[in-house]
Amino acid sequence: MPAARSSGPVQIRFGGYGGQGIVLAGTLLGKAASLYDGKEAVFTQAYGPEARGGASRADVIIADEPIDYPYVTQPDVLVALFQEAYTLFGGQLKPGGTLIVEEDLVRLGEPAPPASLLPATRMAEELGNRIVTNVIVLGFLVGRTGVVSREAAEQALKTTVKPAALELNMRAFEAGFARALAAGAAPA
Amino acid sequence: MSDAPQREQRVLSGTHFMLGDHACAEGALAGGVDYFGGYPITPSTEIAERLARRLPAVGGKYVQMEDELGSIMSILGASAAGARSLTATSGPGFSLMMESIGLAAMMELPCVIVDVQRASPSTGLPTMVGQSDILQARWGSHGDYGMAAFSPASPQECFDLTVHALNVADQYRIPVFLMMDEVVAHMTERVVIPPADEVPLVHRKRPDHKPGAQRHLPYAVGEDGVPAMAHAGEGYKVHMTGLTHDERGYPALTPATHNALVNRLVDKVRHNAQHIMRYDEFELDDAETVVIAFGCTSRSARQAVRQARQRGAKCGLLRLVSVWPFPEQRIRELLQRGTVRRFVVPEVNLGQLRREVERLTQLPVQRINHAGGAMPTPADILEVLL
Repeated sequence: MPAARSSGPVQIRFGGYGGQGIVLAGTLLGKAASLYDGKEAVFTQAYGPEARGGASRADVIIADEPIDYPYVTQPDVLVALFQEAYTLFGGQLKPGGTLIVEEDLVRLGEPAPPASLLPATRMAEELGNRIVTNVIVLGFLVGRTGVVSREAAEQALKTTVKPAALELNMRAFEAGFARALAAGAAPA
Repeated sequence: MSDAPQREQRVLSGTHFMLGDHACAEGALAGGVDYFGGYPITPSTEIAERLARRLPAVGGKYVQMEDELGSIMSILGASAAGARSLTATSGPGFSLMMESIGLAAMMELPCVIVDVQRASPSTGLPTMVGQSDILQARWGSHGDYGMAAFSPASPQECFDLTVHALNVADQYRIPVFLMMDEVVAHMTERVVIPPADEVPLVHRKRPDHKPGAQRHLPYAVGEDGVPAMAHAGEGYKVHMTGLTHDERGYPALTPATHNALVNRLVDKVRHNAQHIMRYDEFELDDAETVVIAFGCTSRSARQAVRQARQRGAKCGLLRLVSVWPFPEQRIRELLQRGTVRRFVVPEVNLGQLRREVERLTQLPVQRINHAGGAMPTPADILEVLL
C-alpha cells in the first residue's frame, strides 16, 4: 500500500457545529492512517456537555510510532468550519501550522493569518447534498497536507460509508482533493 | 441460548478502527457471552448499546434491567443457569452492585463486571475520567473473598482483557472486574480481532458424572480448590446460598466451616495469582525510578519515561494490566536488585494504589494525583521524573 508522507506525530483538530459531520471526518482520517497507511492513529472527540451545542471538536493524532498521550495539545492542522470554532481553537494552532477554514462561515479578522479558504458547504450543495460537506473537507485536508495517502482515505470511505451513499461521497472527496491541488500555490 | 437464526458473526475477526467501549462489547461477544443484564450509564453506555444490537443477533440475550441491583442479580442468575454473563456500569452503579458481588463470591458464580470509571464520588463528573474505584473493586463488598481486576490502557486491551476476564471468571468461579476508565472507553484506535478459532476460551469445570448417577456435592473440591459447576435445570441437585455452607451447599453455620470456606474463596486467587496476573515492563532494567501506573494514566507515564530517558534519567514503567492480583512478587524482585531509589505512582484518584506500593517498601513513593476529570499529562509526570 502506498505510504503517506513520513514525519513525527501530527495533531489534527476539526472544529464545527453539530451536523457538519466532523466526527465522521475525524474517524475516516484516523481509520485511513491506522488501517490502510500502516501508521498509528488515535481519535477522540468532545463528549458530554461540551459536545452539546456550540463548537464541538474531533481530534486525530497520526504518527509512525505508537501514540502514548491520546489528546491533541497543540494542533498542527486546524479545520474550523464555523466562526465559533475558529474563535475557540484558532489560538491553539501551532506556529506555522496549517489552518483550513470554511470560507463562507469564518471571518479571519485583521490581520488575517495564512489560511486555506474552502467553501465546503457551497461545494457540497453543488454536488447535490450538504451532508457531504465533511468529506469535501477531508478530501481537501488530504490533498493539502498529505497526512494520509489518497488511496488510504478512499479505502476508509469504502469500508465506512453505506454502499448507497458511496458514489456521492467519493465525488465529494475528489472535489475537495482536486481543489487542494488546484490551490497548490496557497499559503503554506 | 436462543433458537433465533444467527444472522451476524459473533466474532468480528479483522482489523478495525474502534472505540474502547465497542471493543469491550466485541470482546464480550468473542469471549462467548450468552447474557448481558445492565442499566446504561455514562461512560459505559456504548457497551450496552452495542450489545443490545449485537448480542441477540448472535443468539444471546440482552436484558435492560430496572437498575444496577437488578443488573448484577440477573447476571448471577444467568451464570447459575450456565450462561457466560457480563454487565457494564460506572461508579454509581458499581456501588449499587457491591452487596451482590459478595454473593457471587460466596456462591462461586462466575461473572464479569465492567466498570468504566468516571470522576467520583457520587454523581461526580459523569462524562469525565476517574480511576477512583480501584480499591472499591478490591474491597467493596463485605468480607474476604477472591476476585481479579484488569485495567485496559487501549481499545485493543478492552477487547483482549474482556476475553481474559471471562476466562478467569469461569476458571476460578469468581467475580472479575474490568476496570476501564473514560479516557480509554472513549478513545478510538486500531483493534485487531483474531479469527474465531484463535480466541482463547477457558470454560468452567463441569461435573464428571451424569445427573443422578451418583450423589452430587456442588461444593466439593479437589486440589485446585475450585468446585465443578452443575447448572440449574440440568438434573443435578443444586443448592446455593449466601449463608456459610458445606460441600452439599447447605447452610452449615459453624466457625470451622466458615473459616475453611472463606480461606478457600481467597486461596483460589492467592494460589493462582501468577496465572491470573498480567503486567508489562518498559525500560525497567537499570531503573532508579520505577513508575507504577495502570489504565489511561500508564499512557502518560510511558511518554514521560521516554522523554526522561532522553534526558538521561534512569526511569522505567511497571504497567499494571491486572491491578488485582497486585504484582507484589515482581515489586519485591525489583527491590532486591538494590538499584531502585524511589517509586512514582500517578493515578486519577488521591493516592489509592500508592498505599499498596508503600506497603511493600521503605523507599520514597511519590504520588501524582488528580481527583478526576482529567488525567495526569506526560508533562506532569516528567516534572517528577527529572
